[in-house]
Amino acid sequence: MKSIWEYANPKKFIETSQALLPWVTGLTVVCMVVGLVWGFFFTPDDYRQGSTVKIIYLHVPAALMAINGWFMMLLASLIWLIRRHHVSALAARAAAPIGAVMTIIALATGAIWGQPMWGTWWVWDPRLTSFLILFLFYLGYIALWAAVEDDDTAADLTSILCIVGSVFAVLSRYAVHFWNQGLHQGASVMRAGALAGDTEERVSNVFAAPLFLSMAGFVLFFVALVLLRTQTEIRARRMRALMARERRG
Amino acid sequence: MMPELGKYADTVLSAYAVSLLLLVVLAVWSIWRARKMRAELETVEARRKRAQ
Repeated sequence: MKSIWEYANPKKFIETSQALLPWVTGLTVVCMVVGLVWGFFFTPDDYRQGSTVKIIYLHVPAALMAINGWFMMLLASLIWLIRRHHVSALAARAAAPIGAVMTIIALATGAIWGQPMWGTWWVWDPRLTSFLILFLFYLGYIALWAAVEDDDTAADLTSILCIVGSVFAVLSRYAVHFWNQGLHQGASVMRAGALAGDTEERVSNVFAAPLFLSMAGFVLFFVALVLLRTQTEIRARRMRALMARERRG
Repeated sequence: MMPELGKYADTVLSAYAVSLLLLVVLAVWSIWRARKMRAELETVEARRKRAQ
């Protein structure tokens, strides 16, 4: 049995991810296209939300990846801090812009949906506020990587920032339960009662099937881009090292 | 083919337009950067080989 740490070797990572990328990309396209087309064109309106329910196929998967993207970065950062594998630090760096875009999509679609449904684009609700702070953490994380010249120091500092920001990633997910207030509704997709089959608690099957496909599509989209962008970060790091060697003569 | 979106048509279409645009821009930017970095690294490595 091969060790997972084998993939901490940049060359091995590039080889493996190169082989995986076409499959992951193909699955991404299939899940996203089928999920979004099914949801947009072939699902009925909700009796309360009307056609705005179709926004769920973008909003929920984007929010899912905004939060879990940060957790992936946290895991990679911890691996860097403990085992000092460069690939894990670079994978965290590669994931940040994707997570930031997912957060923008979740915030934007939420605001667009909220205007007709809540009567406001924005409210300082615990979940929305913690999500906005998570977005600011993403921006700070990206800026910190860009601001520090030495790669190892940048990886150390951003890993610490990532650990701190994880508080807001957790709050974004559980704010509704912690404070039990605000406009944003609680979970209705992965809720315990929903999974147990309580039809009062969960999203209707008509909406759930395309929603799960769209969620799978977003997860795969994230994975595909992380693989591709990590390869780029590995190459960029190697190039910086070669250029530094050339300058030293 | 287009579903009847009623009075929320603008809301739904703008949510889809913004999201899909951001996803496409992110994917295209990532692919462009990957190709550019690969080409630049190949150039630098070739130059080093010639110099050795």
